[in-house]
Amino acid sequence: MSQVPAGLKYVKTHEWLKREADGSITVGITDYAQASLGDLVFVDVPAVGRKLAKDEACSVVESVKAASDVYAPIAGEVLAVNGKLADAPEVLNSDPYGEGWLWKMKPSNAADFDALLDAAGYEDFLKSL
Amino acid sequence: MTEALIFEVSQPGRCAVAQNPGAGVDHGGIPEALRRRDVPRLPEVSELQAVRHFTRLSQRNFSIDTHFYPLGSCTMKYNPRACNTLAMLPEFLGRHPLAPESHSQGFLACMFDLQEILKEVTGMAGVSLTPMAGAQGEFAGVAMIRAYHRARGDAARTEILVPDAAHGTNPATAAMLGCTVREIPTDANGDVDVEALRAAVGPQTAGIMLTNPSTFGVFERRIHEIAGIVHEAGGLLYYDGANLNAILGKVRPGDMGFDVIHMNLHKTFSTPHGGGGPGAGAVGVSERLLPFMPIPVVGRQGERYRWLDEKDLPQSIGRLSAWMGNAGVLLRAYVYARMLGREGLLRVAEFATLNANYLAARLKEAGFELAFPARRASHEFIVTLKKQKQELDMTATDVAKRLLDYGFHAPTIYFPLLVPECLLIEPTETEDRQTLDSFVAALVAIWDEAKQDVSKLKGAPYTMPVRRLDDVRAARHLDLRYQPAA
Repeated sequence: MSQVPAGLKYVKTHEWLKREADGSITVGITDYAQASLGDLVFVDVPAVGRKLAKDEACSVVESVKAASDVYAPIAGEVLAVNGKLADAPEVLNSDPYGEGWLWKMKPSNAADFDALLDAAGYEDFLKSL
Repeated sequence: MTEALIFEVSQPGRCAVAQNPGAGVDHGGIPEALRRRDVPRLPEVSELQAVRHFTRLSQRNFSIDTHFYPLGSCTMKYNPRACNTLAMLPEFLGRHPLAPESHSQGFLACMFDLQEILKEVTGMAGVSLTPMAGAQGEFAGVAMIRAYHRARGDAARTEILVPDAAHGTNPATAAMLGCTVREIPTDANGDVDVEALRAAVGPQTAGIMLTNPSTFGVFERRIHEIAGIVHEAGGLLYYDGANLNAILGKVRPGDMGFDVIHMNLHKTFSTPHGGGGPGAGAVGVSERLLPFMPIPVVGRQGERYRWLDEKDLPQSIGRLSAWMGNAGVLLRAYVYARMLGREGLLRVAEFATLNANYLAARLKEAGFELAFPARRASHEFIVTLKKQKQELDMTATDVAKRLLDYGFHAPTIYFPLLVPECLLIEPTETEDRQTLDSFVAALVAIWDEAKQDVSKLKGAPYTMPVRRLDDVRAARHLDLRYQPAA
């Protein structure tokens, strides 16, 4: 069974979001997503400073099986990206909620975050698949 | 046994006489300053060593001539030897691409007839044979859609709609032509979600790219409705000919409402392919796209044939290659079509579909789960190993690798992406029932092996020149060049 940590927010396209102390949002893909993709061989992250619209495809994760878009779960501006993934995409497989984060963003509207699924809601969604 | 790389058997000073240009090479006027100074690092082997090396490699080919090759979406059918023999007649082989039309009437007549045959088979108003392969056919198709909108002063139409089950090449082609891509979801039965399509079309819609039957191996039943919605919104319909084998002569893309189609002649019209080519990606168009066809096209005036070029088609999207496509491949496709004739081409679709449905029914009977059990398969179908993965840790990769030991090329795996642990199986019309039965027996045997001990599968293949390759490491650490040890 996939791990779905409490305290994070989720969207149905399998991204997770974490609100940091400074109000910024860290985004990654879920354990379910990394397990479905299989061993990742390439990760492309958005440029720092890029303004993202909600649901915009802004990052690519590629495994030996497939290349998939990662979507911006909320609107905002990219503050930082995880440069480590360029050389070590496998980190995303081994630690999707920690070292495998994709980017940090400043949300256009802080309330957007609150409207997303919580851990229980995402778990219910996974059960329906 | 592993075959040594040809670099590893290299000995300084050894050479293949037949390949040695000898002294006095004409440098063709290349200035001294631009010529390389160091000798290129090439293997130094005798002629016999080179012959043995490449002959041994060729004997390891896992090909349609040696094995059943049910690679879904690739139509790996038998390539009749007669097509090859006739396309290699010295009069064809000896014709220079710059030979005058008066010396090329035979060749041009064959190409004109092939255009006419393809028009008839697809229901399109015009055909250009010039695209060199499927990808270039797609490129030509979307380029024509763009040219059409531009010619009408409707340049804002830059969005291409693509169902989520589409071949990855479709969005790639659209992006390459500067279009944006919008994905249209598919419903549980494999049909395009028509309501989502209705909501997506608008003044920005350039067109939709569809494969029918789709990559799910099922026929898009609401195609007329889809055509109506897209046309009403001002967009055009693009038919990806990947699965044309399933409908050849039975239904025609032109009658379904498509404006442009590319055909993979190397698949449907049975010319040798795999390993990158050569291909032939002829395009067909409806009336409104006729002026935009890629050139040259073969025209006929009375009894004479001639190339149609810029002067005849001033709005053409232009030339896609130096000449007119892969002449040898087009000739093979022409011979194939002429050998089969109208009735024969019809039987292609019927037997391709019959074989796929027979195989699907036998596998279902054996306990395998079909991805779309409620649907009749077209020329291919999907098995999902989701259950086996959960219960036994038997994955699609394991089955694919183990099948090689049983003497079968693996089906396409992990495509389409929407179906977990899938095998996309396309037997084609040229396989007999005994072959299909032995393929079912192999899959059942592999499943039984997994029930006993799945680790047996994890180590497969055992009988090939190489064992299981580390595809993850290969992708993470690209190593494409031979470098001798320092």
